[in-house]
Amino acid sequence: MKRLRLLVVLAIVAAAGLLRAQVPDGPIRIGFIVPLSGAFAQNGRDILNGFLLLLDEVGYRAGGRQIQLIVEDDEAIPAVTLTKARKLVEADRVHLMAGTLLASSGYALTPYVDAQQIPMVYPVVSSDDLTQRRRSKWIIRTGWTSSQPNHAFGEYAYRTLGYRTVATVALDYAFGWESVGGFQRTFEAEGGRIVQKMWTPVSVHDFAPYLAQISRDVDAVYALFLGRSALQFVRQYGEYGLKDRIPLIGSGTTTDEHVLPFMGDEALGAVTTLQYSAALDTPENRRFTGAYRKRYNKVASYYAESMYTGGKWVLAGIEALGGRVEDRARLLEALRSARPTGLPRGPVELDEYGNPIQNIYIRRVERVGGELQNTVIATIPRVSQFWKYNPAEYLRQPLYSRRFGPAS
Amino acid sequence: MGARSWRLPVLAALAVVLAVGPLVLSSYWIGLLTQIVILAILAMSLDILLGYTGLPSLGHAGFFGVAAYGVAVLSTTYRTDFWTCVAAALLIGIALSAAFGLIVAHVRDVYFLMITLALGMVLWGVSYRWIPVTGGDNGISGIPSLEAHAGLPVTGPAAFYYVTLVVFLACAALMRVVVRSPFGLTLRGIRENEARMRSLGFNTWLHCYLSYVIAGAFASVSGVLWAYYNGFVSPTYLDLTASSELFLMVTLGGPATLVGPLLGAGLIVLLKNVMSAYTARWLLILGIVYIVAILAAPQGIWNLGTRRST
Amino acid sequence: MTYLITQSLNGLFSAALLFLIASGLTLAFGVMKIVNIAHGSFYMLGVYVAYTVILRTGSLLLGAGVALVVVGAVGFLMQRVFLRRFGADPLPQMMMTMGFALLFRDLALMIWGGDPFTLPYPGMLRGSMEAGEVVFPYYRLFVIAVAALVGVALWMVNEKTLIGARLRATVDDPEMASAMGINVARLSGLVFAVGAGLAAFGGVMGGPILGGYAGIDFDLLPLAFVVVIVGGMGSLKGAVVGSIVVGMIDNFGKALVPELSYFTLFAPMILVLALKPTGLYGRA
Repeated sequence: MKRLRLLVVLAIVAAAGLLRAQVPDGPIRIGFIVPLSGAFAQNGRDILNGFLLLLDEVGYRAGGRQIQLIVEDDEAIPAVTLTKARKLVEADRVHLMAGTLLASSGYALTPYVDAQQIPMVYPVVSSDDLTQRRRSKWIIRTGWTSSQPNHAFGEYAYRTLGYRTVATVALDYAFGWESVGGFQRTFEAEGGRIVQKMWTPVSVHDFAPYLAQISRDVDAVYALFLGRSALQFVRQYGEYGLKDRIPLIGSGTTTDEHVLPFMGDEALGAVTTLQYSAALDTPENRRFTGAYRKRYNKVASYYAESMYTGGKWVLAGIEALGGRVEDRARLLEALRSARPTGLPRGPVELDEYGNPIQNIYIRRVERVGGELQNTVIATIPRVSQFWKYNPAEYLRQPLYSRRFGPAS
Repeated sequence: MGARSWRLPVLAALAVVLAVGPLVLSSYWIGLLTQIVILAILAMSLDILLGYTGLPSLGHAGFFGVAAYGVAVLSTTYRTDFWTCVAAALLIGIALSAAFGLIVAHVRDVYFLMITLALGMVLWGVSYRWIPVTGGDNGISGIPSLEAHAGLPVTGPAAFYYVTLVVFLACAALMRVVVRSPFGLTLRGIRENEARMRSLGFNTWLHCYLSYVIAGAFASVSGVLWAYYNGFVSPTYLDLTASSELFLMVTLGGPATLVGPLLGAGLIVLLKNVMSAYTARWLLILGIVYIVAILAAPQGIWNLGTRRST
Repeated sequence: MTYLITQSLNGLFSAALLFLIASGLTLAFGVMKIVNIAHGSFYMLGVYVAYTVILRTGSLLLGAGVALVVVGAVGFLMQRVFLRRFGADPLPQMMMTMGFALLFRDLALMIWGGDPFTLPYPGMLRGSMEAGEVVFPYYRLFVIAVAALVGVALWMVNEKTLIGARLRATVDDPEMASAMGINVARLSGLVFAVGAGLAAFGGVMGGPILGGYAGIDFDLLPLAFVVVIVGGMGSLKGAVVGSIVVGMIDNFGKALVPELSYFTLFAPMILVLALKPTGLYGRA
C-alpha cells in the first residue's frame, strides 16, 4: 500500500517534469556581469542600477514571461569575468548575458561567447575593434566606440569652437589612444594641428609632472580620463592655474556624471563629447533621470544610462520573440533587429557591424541650481562609428594606436 | 592528538574528488576544479621558496604570467606548434627566474619580500607597456584550445581537466622528490639557521638560487596551463593582487607542506566563487576568514595539531 | 631652468606625502619587524574619515585631527588585539595585515560607496605662487612645510625624549630593551598607532589633490614600500632620504621618460637591494 502511494507520487512528479520540459514557461534567465568589488565597484554598481531600474519598470516581465536576473561580480579581472561567464552559461543555463565594464574583460570574453553561441549585450565596453576588425557574431554592442564621439568632436572643435592648435593628455591605454586618435583624425582633416601629445600611465594620481609640460601656446587642451583620474586631473588642472589660461576640452568620461558631482568650480566651462548627458532636455531623459534620482538619490551617469538602454534592447528582443528565447540564433537575430524607442539618449539604431548609430552631444559643464551639469550645446545627429568615411576603406586602416598621427 | 588521525581521511577525500570528481560534476564545477589544480601547482612552487627555504616572495605570479604570455604570443602571433610553444614558454620562465635569481639570491627575509615585489611590479609594467608584443591592457586572446593545439583525440572540460591532473601529479611528485632530497633538507636547514649551514660548509647562496629557479620553473608550468585554460592572457595575471592571493593560498593552507598549498588553492577558489554568488560583500567575508584562520592556525591549516620547530 | 624648478617642487610634494606614509611603516618595522600590508588602508581610511567630518563641519583641520585620532586608535587596537600574539613571527603577522587590508577595503566600500571624491581645497591656500615662469600651488607648498614639521617633530621625539630613547633601544635590540625594563609591548602598540595616524594624516593632506577612491590603498602601498626599502627599514633618516629620492625620481621619470615610468620607480629599489640589501641607512 505504502509502495503504491509512493509510485503514484513519483508518477505525478515525473509527469509534471515532462510537461515542464515541453512548454518553456519558466523564467527567462539573464546573466549579468560587472565589477562589484575592488576599484571599479561603483562603475559596475551604476551599470547594474540602470538595469534594475528598467526591470522594475516592467515588473521583471517581458514577452509574457518572468525575468530572472543573475548578477555576478567580476572584480574587473578578465580571468574572473570568464569564470563568471562560465558559471552563468554552464551552471545557471542563462538564455543571454549582458555586461562587463573593461575592454580587457570584453576581449577576454569574446571567444567564449562565440564558442558557446550565447547572445551577449555589451552596454559599455567601447573598444573600437569589437565592432570593427575583430567583431563577433554573438555580441551586440548598444554603447559606443571610443572614437565615435571624438570624430564628431574633432570637426566641431575646428569649425565651431575655432581651435587651430590642441595639446592632448590622455590615459595610456587603448581607450585613450582610440579617443585621441578619433579626435586627431577629424580635427587635422579640417586643418587643425595636434601640437603635443602626452600619455599618462593608468597608475598616475598626481598629474603635476605632465601639467608642467603643457604648451602654453595652444588654443585648447584635450583630456581623456575617467573615474578618480578625471577628478584628479581636472582638480590639478585648476590648481596649476591652467583653467583660466587654456580651455579644457575632452572626451565624455572626463566630466561624466559618475564624477561630476564630486568636482568643484574647477570643472566649469569644460567642453566634452559623448552620446549622452544627464542634462539632455528631452521628455524621455527627464523621465529617466527623475526616476533614477528618486530611486538612487544621485544623478544618472552614462554607465547607468548605458545599461538602461542596453536593457531596453534585451527587452525588445524578448518581446519580438513573444518570450520564446530558447533558440539562441533567433534570439540573436531578434536582438540585432530590435529598435527600442523612448531611449534617454535619443534615437539609436544598430549598423550592420553591430554598433549604434546615434546622436553625439557636445556638452559644457555649467552650474545650474547649485549642481554641476553637462549642458548640451550642440547635437550632431546620427553619427556612425565610421563617421563620414566609407566603412570598407575605414577598416583597411589600422586601429588607432599610440603611434597614430604623431604630434606635429 | 595525533595529527595523522584527521589528515589521512582528508587526504583520501581530496584524492577521490580529484580523481573522480569530473565524472559526476557539471562542466562549470569541472572548470573550478581545473582552476584549483593549476593554481595548486603554482602555490606549491611558491611553497618551495616560502615554506621550505624561508624566502617569502611577493612577485611569484610574475613567472606564472610570463610563461602564460609566452604561450599566448607564440601560439597566436607566431602560430608555432604545441610542443615548441610549451617548451619555449617554460624556457622563458626558467631563464627569467635564473636571471632574477642572480639579483635576489643573497637577499633574505623581509628584504627578499620587497625585492621580489619590485621585480614583480616591473614584470607587470612590461606586460602593460610592451604593447606590440603583449597587447597592453587588452591582453592577447584567441589562444587555441589545448586539446586542439596538442592534437588530442578527446576534447571538452573533462579531457582538459585530466591533462591538467596528470601534469599536476607529475609536478607534485617531482617537488616531493626535491623537498625530500638532501638538497631539500639543506633548504630547510637554511630556513632555520643559515649561519650554521654555512659554517657546515654548504653554499647557501647556491641553494637559495636553485630553490628560486626551481620554484620559477614549476610556476611556469602552471602559467602554461593557465594560458590554455583561459584562452587569453592579461596583465592581471602577474599583478600584485595575484601574487598576494597566491601568498595567502600557501600561508593559509600550510607552508612547508605540499598538501597545504593544494588545500589553500582549493579553499580560496571555492570561497571566492561560491560566496560571490550569494553576496556582494564576499571580499569582507574573505578578509574575516583569513584573520580567523590565522588566529586559529598560524602555521596554516595543514599544520594544525603539529608543532613546527622554529 | 623653470622646468627644473617646477619639477623639483613637484618632486618635493610627492616626497612630502610619501614621507608621511612611509615614516609610520618604517617605525613599525623597526620595532616589531612587521611588514604591514594594511598600511595603505590607513591612508585610505584617513581620507574617508576626514571626508565624513568635513561634509558635516566644513573644516579640513578638524577632519585631519579626527582622522588622525580615529585611525590611530584602529591601528592601536589592531596591534594590541591581533598582531601582538604572533610576537616576532613575521609571516603570520603579514598575513594578518593582508586580511585586514581586504577587510578595510570592503568596509570602506560598504560605508562610503565607491564614488571617488576630493576633499575641499582650504580657502586660504587657494591659488598659486608665481615667480617668473614658475607656477606652484600654495597648498602644495603648505603640505611640504607640514611634512617637514612632522619630520622635525619625529626626530625630536626620537632623539631628545625618554620615549625616543626607549624606542631606539628597542629598535637596536628588543630582547635587551625588554630585559632593561622597557615595556616593549606597550611601546609597539604606541608606535603602530602613531604610524597609522600619520598615514591617515597623510591621506588628509593629499586629499584636496588626490582625493579618495576605492583602490587608493593599494595604489600607494608599493610606493611607500619603495621608500622604506631604499632608505632602510626602521630608519627615520632613511625615510626622509628615501622619500626625497623616490619623489624626485618618480617625478622626473614621468616627465622625462614617460614610456618607462612603470620602471623608473622600481629600478632604484632593485638596484639598492641588489647592492646593499638593508637599504641606505638600514642595519642588518
